[in-house]
Amino acid sequence: MNKTLKLVVDGAEMDVDGNMTILQACEQAGAEIPRFCYHERLSIAGNCRMCLVEVAGMPKPVASCAMQIKDLRPGRNGEPPEVKTFSPLVKKAREGVMEFLLINHPLDCPICDQGGECDLQDQAMAYGEAGSRYHEPKRAHDEINLGPLVKTAMTRCIHCTRCVRFTTEVCGVTEMGSTGRGEDAEIISYLDQALTSELSGNVVDLCPVGALTSRPYAFAARPWELRKTETIDAMDALGSNIRADVRGRAVLRVLPRNHDDVNEEWISDKTRYAIDGLGRQRLDRPYIRHEGKLRPATWDEAFAHIVAKLHGLKGEEIAAVAGDLVSVEAMYSLKDLLGRLGSTRVECRQEGAALPPENRAAWLFNPGIAGIDRADAILIIGSNPRKEAAVLNARLRRAWLNGAEIATIGPDADLTYPVTRLGAGPETLADAANLDWVRETLAKAKNPLIILGNGAVSRADGAAVLSAAMGLAESLGAIREDWTGFALLHQAASRVGGLEIGFASEGGIAKIYDDAASGALKAVWLLGADEIDPSRLGSAFVVYQGHHGDKGAHRADVILPTGAWLEQPGLYVNMEGRPQLALTAALPPGEAREDWAALRALSAALGVAQPFDDLGGLRKALFAEFPRLAAVDSREAAVWSGVPASEGGLSGAPFAESVPDYFMTNAVARASATMAELSKLAKERRGTTLAAAE
Amino acid sequence: MGVSWSRTAKAFLLADFVGGFKLGMKYFFKPKPTLNYPFEKGPLSPRFRGEHALRRYPNGEERCIACKLCEAICPAQAITIEAEPREDGSRRTTRYDIDMTKCIYCGFCQEACPVDAIVEGPNFEFATETREELFYNKDRLLANGDRWEREIAKNLELDAPYR
Repeated sequence: MNKTLKLVVDGAEMDVDGNMTILQACEQAGAEIPRFCYHERLSIAGNCRMCLVEVAGMPKPVASCAMQIKDLRPGRNGEPPEVKTFSPLVKKAREGVMEFLLINHPLDCPICDQGGECDLQDQAMAYGEAGSRYHEPKRAHDEINLGPLVKTAMTRCIHCTRCVRFTTEVCGVTEMGSTGRGEDAEIISYLDQALTSELSGNVVDLCPVGALTSRPYAFAARPWELRKTETIDAMDALGSNIRADVRGRAVLRVLPRNHDDVNEEWISDKTRYAIDGLGRQRLDRPYIRHEGKLRPATWDEAFAHIVAKLHGLKGEEIAAVAGDLVSVEAMYSLKDLLGRLGSTRVECRQEGAALPPENRAAWLFNPGIAGIDRADAILIIGSNPRKEAAVLNARLRRAWLNGAEIATIGPDADLTYPVTRLGAGPETLADAANLDWVRETLAKAKNPLIILGNGAVSRADGAAVLSAAMGLAESLGAIREDWTGFALLHQAASRVGGLEIGFASEGGIAKIYDDAASGALKAVWLLGADEIDPSRLGSAFVVYQGHHGDKGAHRADVILPTGAWLEQPGLYVNMEGRPQLALTAALPPGEAREDWAALRALSAALGVAQPFDDLGGLRKALFAEFPRLAAVDSREAAVWSGVPASEGGLSGAPFAESVPDYFMTNAVARASATMAELSKLAKERRGTTLAAAE
Repeated sequence: MGVSWSRTAKAFLLADFVGGFKLGMKYFFKPKPTLNYPFEKGPLSPRFRGEHALRRYPNGEERCIACKLCEAICPAQAITIEAEPREDGSRRTTRYDIDMTKCIYCGFCQEACPVDAIVEGPNFEFATETREELFYNKDRLLANGDRWEREIAKNLELDAPYR
């Protein structure tokens, strides 16, 4: 039971929850407590001793992060316990702790990447003494190998063990630990191997000193030189809140922002480190294919070429496919332009997912990402959340830690928490209601949750898989007034936004392929679409509008360069249907323009000028048509409208791994050198594991 | 109006002329304060803030570690630094530019430098014919350091007791 107790902090009496620690209560009271090892989202270690406070009646200062209010004794006459956070004793204690911490900390702030944003630096200024009394030799330490993302300088380590607790508790990989005590204490990695977690980059943010720093960002800039933009990530469908730090024109690093309902405080390694792809393989000027070869052109020439090619085409002879990284505005603008040309053939499900655009409950993460915390039995079908949404997987892991039972149907994968594997393919799904685990655990759970992977509905029998999974959810009673226990796990940042504005057409991508092959489709507009099979577009005239020279651009007849997702503002709707606003962090290179601006200019050239002249006007039109999108950062739950009927039965093929290579899922990541290195490392490691297994 | 006898006597005896001649002769025989620049130069304080230089350690290793404190403190924003890990993993600049036309010679850069890499040396004769020549890059600054190292080291040593 939460018992409310009285507490006096620095002379002011307050009512606090008895389960809170003194540190939390002091924060509530507005008193600042310095700390290194304590972190809100990790377990309490209590080993840095920086958070010492004075408690009346206690013989010694108390580590406030590890002492609960309910353990404090009241005064002799029953008066509430009294905490002092800036008494002379506390000041002396902090100075002493700081002196101890600095004994072995090297004085290399000028060459340390943490310099300027270092907890130890700041707190030494605020709470430390000016000089040192230590004249003996300092301890030094060998580096440890944490892979190509995390650079170490273990001599700087103050042994707060935040990294150890994070990798163990949140990542679920016990690959870091500490050995020795006193001066021999050291943080080590398991067998000196690189971390295998997709969240390993977060230890850089967690490290309060410069012991763990970002390797790709090494020595690149100082924090005070960076222009910081708070924006949204587009590397997966989670819509992580990020901060992009830019110097000059280059995005130098991406850091997470806190959003309790989405990514909490973490981001995946792809989000954090794929940004070096923004500097490579860029399309920085329009191109026109001339005698089989792409040659540079001006915007006017490219427009003239497109106008000439589209001239005389009927509406149904033109189609558009949107890619994974594009914003809602870009898709809306393209849909509007095609509408003015008489075509409704727009498609955002480029991998062919059989998701019915009109049935919102079929393609949303219905309980919400935070809803995972409430689920107590989870069935994951045809999905590997660790690869598809690494941060969401950390939440699933926490649900497991809190007692939820988790089972999978699909490929056998290490999800960092133990799962009951029910089967490999749709035949298990069809028979799921009779399985022991489903009957005993899922059906009896208070909040059962079925997570269906996007890969499982992108197969030929996708519609049948979708209706089987939704039918299972309904039959288990997982669909209630207060709980919708069916969730679709998307992989692409743009997908939900595209479905929200109806950027989809009957037949999906398969029909576009067929019509292009048969010649019924004469022009295809690729809006950053790189995950399609360009060889199946037949002899159609292809316009590629996007930012990277990837698959789509290689097939294109005309290339229109536009900014990538950090280079233009836009709305992204994440997998739970939460519209979030991304802002411009850096400028697009060369002649590249914003997506909507390129389309607006082309519409004028085509003689069907769109009625908006700026992004504000576009958004006004968009919000008028889809008012749900105007509610930025709030999500509207979908209304459950039954299970969609599906023609055709389930096939016998098992669910395949939907993300064969986590580090190569989109054009930006494929252009990134860091991602290439990680991909190579992962392949080598997989090879070693296979060899060891044999 | 009467005649002033003393003025008349002074005029006839050329008193003003003699007085002026005396003054002229006095300065003629006195030691001269003007310097025959550029063949003669006045003394400079060890704290004199002249042309910038990047210093090296005695073993030839450049001192600058790309901490960017000079860039941060420069009130005229005359310094531009870019850095990356060198092949041996140490932190070094790939670019160290000073726009000497912006510089106000305040000396904050050398005060901020934790390794005495950037210093303002005793050289004040670096006028150029074009503006572009005053955009110093790293090579130029290191060359300055090599040329002036003896004087700079001496000045630092002389000033050390007061720091």
